Amino acid sequence: MFRALLALMLTLSFLSTAQAQDNPTPDRSATGGAQTLADILARQNGENVDNDFRSSVTGNPENAADMNGQLGTLGGASDPDLWRAFRFGSADITASNNGPAATTLVQDGGMKWLKLREGPLATYGGYLLLATLALLALFYLIRGRIKIDGEKTGNKITRFKAIERFGHWLLAGSFILLGLTGIISLFGRKVLIPAFGHETFAFLAIGSKWIHNNVSWAFMLGLAMIFVMWVIHNLPDRTDINWLLKGGGIFTKGHPPAKKFNAGQKMIFWSVILLGASISVSGLALLFPFEINMFSATFYKLNSLGISSALGLGELRTTLAPHEEMQYAQLWHAMVSFVLMAIIFAHIYIGTVGMEGAADAMVSGDVEEQWAREHHSIWAEEVSAKKQSKNETATPAE
Amino acid sequence: MKSMLIAFVAIAVIAVGSNSFLGQAGFSSQEAATGTAVRLDN
Repeated sequence: MFRALLALMLTLSFLSTAQAQDNPTPDRSATGGAQTLADILARQNGENVDNDFRSSVTGNPENAADMNGQLGTLGGASDPDLWRAFRFGSADITASNNGPAATTLVQDGGMKWLKLREGPLATYGGYLLLATLALLALFYLIRGRIKIDGEKTGNKITRFKAIERFGHWLLAGSFILLGLTGIISLFGRKVLIPAFGHETFAFLAIGSKWIHNNVSWAFMLGLAMIFVMWVIHNLPDRTDINWLLKGGGIFTKGHPPAKKFNAGQKMIFWSVILLGASISVSGLALLFPFEINMFSATFYKLNSLGISSALGLGELRTTLAPHEEMQYAQLWHAMVSFVLMAIIFAHIYIGTVGMEGAADAMVSGDVEEQWAREHHSIWAEEVSAKKQSKNETATPAE
Repeated sequence: MKSMLIAFVAIAVIAVGSNSFLGQAGFSSQEAATGTAVRLDN
């Protein structure tokens, strides 16, 4: 065993030596140390090029010719030196416009972001939503509508108060608007412009931008409301283990006991809270451009905790141009939103067509007593016990 | 049903309100990104 390990290590070390020999320091003597055609081609191929050899070559005032000499007034930096300083963000720039991004004249994260945004992000995000819809349709075909098993009593019990329903619909209504307008913004250039033309999309894009920017506040308010109102009911407890082990009773007879929220609903709640909060923070970074920069700090933490290398991402760059912060914020905002949209598809399904009697809880606030006894038996018991004790105290003593 | 409809109206009110508040409070992108030497919409 030890020999095998030793052999493997030796092989690996030879491999790394061979690799190192494949990438010797390029000979740039022909260009006087400047980048060569090979460097340019490598960069255009998307390979990682070590830019150290030129990022620091930004001129030196001490090398300037005498002021009364020929070209002396040019100082110690040539035009290429100056452009390199712009390119690598080391130039001392004063701008008449405001904002941290005003002095960043060149940044090279744009193409990478654009390709990710219109490529994998849109493609996988779109497939995720379509696959979720297909799975839900398949689930409906196999399982059908989850009906109330027992005899309906005709009695109603209050499940959600008016303020709870208001908070839910504030969040739900704004999320649907934000989801739709977000999708319109993301798929504009790739799908909507080719399909409907520039003029139609211009109208859609302006409207979507206005709605997305301004409806976001209702989403954040709704998120805070449901967190405050429901967090106490969504703390994990022992009933959740049993509920999960029985798969929520979806494919079996009978229903596992549950309190006000079952384990499935708790998972939805925490997904909405955590992903919604993440979407809100990245959304705020996009609403107030260049003011909230969180990715360089996040990358620093991921590096220092060793998470980035454990995930195979290597050392993440922690010095980001202001624009790159925005690019990452947009990508993260959209990625997390796609995941939350997929989860919410399932939530909407089970709350409407997927289960008889579920929608009443959020529409009128009152649910059929039998539905409550089947799906939230512990909660239904608590409610009826409370009702009974209320009735007893209300009955005058004889 | 009433709570749902009130919530939808609230979304519209919050959206219009935040748009005018942030615009007046100097948070529009054009105001945030320009210096004193720039005259906007004049």
